[in-house]
Amino acid sequence: MGKTLAEKILSLKSGSDARAGDIVIAQVDLAFAQDTTGPLTIRQFQTGKFQRLANPQKTALFFDHAAPSPNRELANDHQMMRQFAKETGCMISDVGGGVCHQLVAESLAKPGDVIVGADSHTVTAGALGAFATGMGSSDVAVVFALGKTWFRVPESMKIAVKGELGRGVMAKDLVLQLIGTIGADGATYKALEFGGEGLRNLKINDRLTIANMAVEAGAKAGLFPSDRVTREYLNHQKRGEDYQPLAADGDAGYESQININLTALEPTVAQPHQVANIAFARELKGTKIDQVFIGTCTNGRLEDIATAAKIMQGKKRHPPTRFIIAPASPQVLLDAISAGYIRTLVEAGAVIMPPGCAACLGLHQGVLAEGESCLSTANRNFKGRMGSPNAFIYLGSPATAAATAITGEITDPREVM
Amino acid sequence: MLKGRAFKFGDNISTDHIIPGRYAYLRSNLPELAKHVMEDADPEFAGKVSKGDFVVGGSNFGLGSSREHAPLVIKMAGVSAVLAKSVARIFFRNAINLGLPVLICDTDGIEDGDELEVDLAKGTVCDKTKGKELTFSKLPKVMLDILAKGGLVPYIQKHGDFKL
Repeated sequence: MGKTLAEKILSLKSGSDARAGDIVIAQVDLAFAQDTTGPLTIRQFQTGKFQRLANPQKTALFFDHAAPSPNRELANDHQMMRQFAKETGCMISDVGGGVCHQLVAESLAKPGDVIVGADSHTVTAGALGAFATGMGSSDVAVVFALGKTWFRVPESMKIAVKGELGRGVMAKDLVLQLIGTIGADGATYKALEFGGEGLRNLKINDRLTIANMAVEAGAKAGLFPSDRVTREYLNHQKRGEDYQPLAADGDAGYESQININLTALEPTVAQPHQVANIAFARELKGTKIDQVFIGTCTNGRLEDIATAAKIMQGKKRHPPTRFIIAPASPQVLLDAISAGYIRTLVEAGAVIMPPGCAACLGLHQGVLAEGESCLSTANRNFKGRMGSPNAFIYLGSPATAAATAITGEITDPREVM
Repeated sequence: MLKGRAFKFGDNISTDHIIPGRYAYLRSNLPELAKHVMEDADPEFAGKVSKGDFVVGGSNFGLGSSREHAPLVIKMAGVSAVLAKSVARIFFRNAINLGLPVLICDTDGIEDGDELEVDLAKGTVCDKTKGKELTFSKLPKVMLDILAKGGLVPYIQKHGDFKL
């Protein structure tokens, strides 16, 4: 029988005939941590007396979760990470450098890579055909030291996509529908592998949004083939040499298959406090929103900001509703400035955060108060995630977020376009 | 043999329930961080739990973030094992990597306050309060070996590499 993408990549990187259920040791092409998992990763590295990195050029530390530092404690953590980078020679992306997963996509991930990060959304790089997965600090510390780790080769679920997204509908709506359908543990220990003729209509920014949220269904990886869309993106990033075509075999064995018709999707929102708790945006009309947040590794890319700017053009945010935007990287910020999107959004009443995770996880730049509601383009709406445990987080696309900023209540973007 | 009381939680207990992201600034101050263990699932948990007790979840325990601080604060609270019907994969690996046993079994019949006895070698959980015995799924060999060494870092220190 042929191989899935997960089996192919793990076979190549383990030098064995890897099949679902096998346990293999694979070489790792990139290992990283961010500023809330990095300090423990470094401490575990030091506890193990590992001395030096296996591959400094394949090891990175990113400052994004709380950067620039909002308080003394996190400032000290940043200082410790800078010191480690200096001593070991690993790559470092300091404050303002952007969200780790966006930078991995823009500059580092290649089709066929194995990538591990001390961040659950490491799965994002699956959009480029990399087997990328989140791990904890101990696992990543050991990869820093050895350049390899063990994996159980996952079974794969095939997600076959056809059609084209309609007006006001985005990749975020697809992935929310998928999670709502299979549940928050619908893919636990498994890989989601996307295929079908509709993939040609999903650009890398769309694929990054979808792969990013694979973990919200429990998946170990969210994998896209490396195809013409991938090649165009890598060329655009001046990394054409990193391209190689990669696809699952036609006779690969899947645990199950789910079919999605892009044309039939509608703007979708995840309601508090679980990602799988979905509804259509139109069904939530009248739900008052105190803060709208566009950004993160899920939806902080140029196309997301462009979508919001086009909807906000010549309009204003609903006055009491706060409207926060965080571009995911300096490249996104600069391109959004050049295209005039930032001007449009600021004129509409938005406040622009530095490239980073911003309000996503309740550390700074938009912490929610008791009883407040937020419509966020992030990936998680767990109780307490953005500040008060008595706040309410709704997740939606950048189009839904912009429409909601205009009206101050959850709004189907097709109503204001 | 591990002995203690069950602290029962429902399905989908996330890493934000276990140790909310808003306390990330305490991650380099573990004694302070540990005071907030399970805070958003049961604000009284830290004050009630005793050494040896068990955290018992439903399905998909530990979903969410990769923060190893989640199993770490549970371990620091003296909890001897986590029992659940299913566990999110990163939490699972993180717990084993810290030497905290995670036992997959049907926890539906276990209630808050039940006295439990766990025999790791035999693979059994005895609910003394209910007079019932459950069995839990065996871990893969690599995880059993890591657990036996008290966690991943001591395991690698001992072997210098992964041994499958």
